[in-house]
Amino acid sequence: MESRKLNSVDEFNEYRAKILNSHKGDYPVIYVCGGTPCLAKGSRAVAEAFRKEIEAQGLECRVELSLKITGCQGFCSKGPVVSFGDDIVYMEVKPKHVPEIIEKTVKRGEIIEALGYKDPATGKKAATFDGIPFYSHQKQLILGDLRKLDPFEIDDYIARGGYASLDRAFSMDPDAIIDTIEASGLRGRGGGGFPAGRKWRSCRNIETETRYVLCNGDEGDPGAFMDRSIMEGNPHAVIEGMIIGARAVGAHKGYAYIRDEYPLAVEAMKKAVVDATALGILGKNILGSGFDFEVKITRGGGAFVCGESSALMRSVEGKVGEPRAKYIRSVEKGLYEQPTVLNNVETWANVPLIINNGVQWYRQTGTDGSPGTKVFSLAGKVENTGLVEVPMGITIRELVEDIGGGVLGGKRFKAVQTGGPSGGCIPQSKMDLPIDFDSLTDAGSMMGSGGIIVMDEETCMVDVAKYFISFLVEESCGKCAPCRDGLPRMLRILTDITEGKGKEGDIEVLEELCDVLSYGALCGLGTSAPNPVLSTIRYFRDEYEAHIRDKRCPGHVCKSFITYRIDADACTGCTLCAKQCPQKCISGEKKQTHVIDQDKCIKCNVCREVCKFDAVRVE
Amino acid sequence: MAVDTKKVDEIIAGYEKSEESLLAILQDFQREFNYVPEEGMEKLSELFGVPASKIYAMGTFYKALSLEPTGRHTCKVCTGTACHLKGASNVVDVIGRQLKIRPGETTKDMRFTLQTVNCVGACALAPVVVVDDKDYYEGASPQNILKNLKNYK
Ligand SMILES: Cc1cc2nc3c(=O)[nH]c(=O)nc-3n(C[C@H](O)[C@H](O)[C@H](O)COP(=O)(O)O)c2cc1C
Ligand code: SF4
Ligand code: FES
Repeated sequence: MESRKLNSVDEFNEYRAKILNSHKGDYPVIYVCGGTPCLAKGSRAVAEAFRKEIEAQGLECRVELSLKITGCQGFCSKGPVVSFGDDIVYMEVKPKHVPEIIEKTVKRGEIIEALGYKDPATGKKAATFDGIPFYSHQKQLILGDLRKLDPFEIDDYIARGGYASLDRAFSMDPDAIIDTIEASGLRGRGGGGFPAGRKWRSCRNIETETRYVLCNGDEGDPGAFMDRSIMEGNPHAVIEGMIIGARAVGAHKGYAYIRDEYPLAVEAMKKAVVDATALGILGKNILGSGFDFEVKITRGGGAFVCGESSALMRSVEGKVGEPRAKYIRSVEKGLYEQPTVLNNVETWANVPLIINNGVQWYRQTGTDGSPGTKVFSLAGKVENTGLVEVPMGITIRELVEDIGGGVLGGKRFKAVQTGGPSGGCIPQSKMDLPIDFDSLTDAGSMMGSGGIIVMDEETCMVDVAKYFISFLVEESCGKCAPCRDGLPRMLRILTDITEGKGKEGDIEVLEELCDVLSYGALCGLGTSAPNPVLSTIRYFRDEYEAHIRDKRCPGHVCKSFITYRIDADACTGCTLCAKQCPQKCISGEKKQTHVIDQDKCIKCNVCREVCKFDAVRVE
Repeated sequence: MAVDTKKVDEIIAGYEKSEESLLAILQDFQREFNYVPEEGMEKLSELFGVPASKIYAMGTFYKALSLEPTGRHTCKVCTGTACHLKGASNVVDVIGRQLKIRPGETTKDMRFTLQTVNCVGACALAPVVVVDDKDYYEGASPQNILKNLKNYK
C-alpha cells in the first residue's frame, strides 16, 4: 500500500484494517519455497508455471515465491516445497503437477495425497502440516510466519499482527517492560543463554545520556543458518524486538550487525528499516509516542571472532574486530564506551511474542529454566535436513528421530554436535537428554546459536575435533597467547593422530592445553575452544586410542588408515570408476572385475561416489 | 591493475564521512573490483584522515576483504560442518587439482578463484559448491561440477 507516516497507534490500526480488507481473495495463497535448496531443485520454474496457469485461467490468486536463500519452509531435503493457505503442503513439486494442483487444490480445496510426504516406515502419504512428523513435532512460534509472508513487504507483516506489540510497549513503563521480559525467563539465543531481562536492567540502571541496542546477526557457527533464515524470512520481527528493547533500556540508536556473506539478509533487513521508517515505526516520535529510535545496518567482515560482543562493537565502530579484556562489561561500557545491550537475532524475535501474549503464555512452552522455543538448523547425516523450531526441553532423540526422520540411509547413529566450534558432541547414550541451556552445558557441549549436526557411524570423532580446531586456528585473532599458540599445537597433535603419527600421552597433552585455554584465553573463542576436543575425548576416547594404538580409524575417514578396494562379487565391470578416476589407477576389462592400484590411489572417493553397484569398499 | 578512480570516489561519496563507514566502503570496493585496491585505501586514508596502516590492517583482518585481485568467477566450496561430514575436503581436492590452484588462489588466466566458505545454508545439498554466489551445485559428484565449471568463461 502507499506508505505515509503514521502518527498514532489509531492510524496504525486503521492502516492494518485496510491491508486486511485488501488481502481477501477467493483462493488460498500459493507459497512456493524460494530457499536455496528449493531454488536449486527448480522452485523458480514451479512458481513460473503457477503464474502462467493462473493467468491463462484468469484466476485472481496470489503466488508467492518467497525468494530467500535458506530453507524458509523448512523441509529443504524434500524441495521444492509448495504450501497452500494454512494447512496443505506438497513436496518435490514439478511444473507438470501445476495444472492438477490448480484444478483440485486451489479451486476446490482438495488434497492430492500423492504429492505429500511419504513416511518411509509406513509408506503412507500426508499432505498437511499436521500430518507430517517433520512439522507436527515442531512448535513454530518464530518460524510459523516465515512461510506465510513476503519478507520484503511490511504490509504482510502488519497483516499478520506485526508491530501490534508497540501499542502495548509504549503504554508500559520501561521498567515494566523489563519486568515482563525478566519474568518470561527469556534467555539469549546466541549461545550463552544469559537472561535477557537482567542484561537490559543492568543497562538501564546506568546513569547516562546515550545507550545502544545491538543485534548480533553474525552467525559464526560454520554449520548453522537459522539466524540468517530469520533475518531473511521475517526481518520486521527482529526490528520490532529491537524497538521494544530500545524503549525499555532508553536507547535511541541501534545497529544490526549482519554477516556480509548473507547478502539477502542484509538486503531484507535494510529494506525493513527503510519501510518501517517510512511508516513512522522507526525514526522520530514513533507512532506519535514521543519515543525516537533509529536502526543502522552494519555488514560484518567475515571474522568468526566478530560475533563476540566486544569484538563486534569494535567492528561496528569501523575498527579491527578484536576482543578486549573480559572484565569490562559491555552493558556498562560497550559501543563507543556507552552502555549497550547486545542480543542475538532470535532473542530479539522472541520479544514481541512475549509483549503480545504475556508471560504466562510464553512460559507454557519450554522448561522452567529455559522457556520458549529454540530454532535449529538440523543437518548432517540425517534424513530430513532443514530449519526446525521446537519447544526447549525436547529430547535429542525426538529431534533426530521424530523430526529428523532418523539417520541418513539407515546408518547407525553416533553423536550430535551442538554449538559449533564452541560446543561439543553428545553420544548415543545421551539421546534422551533434554535440549535446554543447562543440560547441554552439563553434558560438555552448549546450546550455541542452534546448529545441530547429526553424525553417523561413518564419522570420525577425532576428525571432527580436528575440523573445529582448524577452523578456530584460522579464526583466532591472535591477540592472546593461549589461543594464538595453544590452538595450533592442538591442531598439530590432532593432525598427527589422524595421520597415524599419534603417540601415547597425546590425549593427556590435549587435555592440558584445553585447560590452559579455558582459563587463560581472553575471549569466548578461546575459552570455549576446548569443548569440541574435550567432549570427543570424554565420550569417544576409544576412537582416539584406536588411532593412536591400533593405527585404525573406526569411522573409516582418516585417509592414512583406509584403503579403497573393489568388491569382486559386486563389481559388474561397467568401467565407470576407471573412467572417472583422476589418477587413472583403476584397471580392468569391460565386464571384468576392476582393481585399484593402491600405490597411486589418492583416496579421493570418486570411484565410490560414481559406482552404481556399491562395489567400492573403504576399509 | 589500474582501477577506475571515478568508481572509487563514487563509492566513498555514498557514505557518511565517519570511521563507522570504513568497513562498508572497503566491502563495496571488494564487490566492485573483486578486491580492495591500494588506490582506494590511500584515498580513504587521505579523505578520512585515518592512517593508511589502520586501513591496511582492516584489509588483512577481515576475511571478506582481499588485497589481491581475484578471478572473474569465484568457486566456493562449502566446508561448513555438514558439508565437511559429507566429504567437502575431497571436493576441494578434486576441483583444486583440476584448476591447479589451492583454496584462496586464482588461476593464472584470472578465470577462477577457489575459496572455501562456511555454511551457505543449503546443507540439504551437502556437500555444496557455489559458483559466483548464485549457482548452487550438489557437490556429491565433483565430476559433475567440473563439467559445469566449463560453462564459466
Ligand atoms: C567467538 C564468539 C563468537 C560468537 N558468535 C556469535 C554469533 O555468531 N551470533 C550470536 O548471536 N552470538 C555470538 N556469540 C555470543 C555473543 O558474544 C553474545 O553473547 C550474544 O550475541 C548475546 O546475545 P544473546 O544474549 O541474545 O544470546 C559469540 C561469542 C563468541 C565468544
Ligand atoms: S579413491 Fe580416487 S584415486 Fe583411489 S581409486 Fe578411487 S577414484 Fe581413484
Ligand atoms: S554446511 Fe555446507 S551448506 Fe551448510
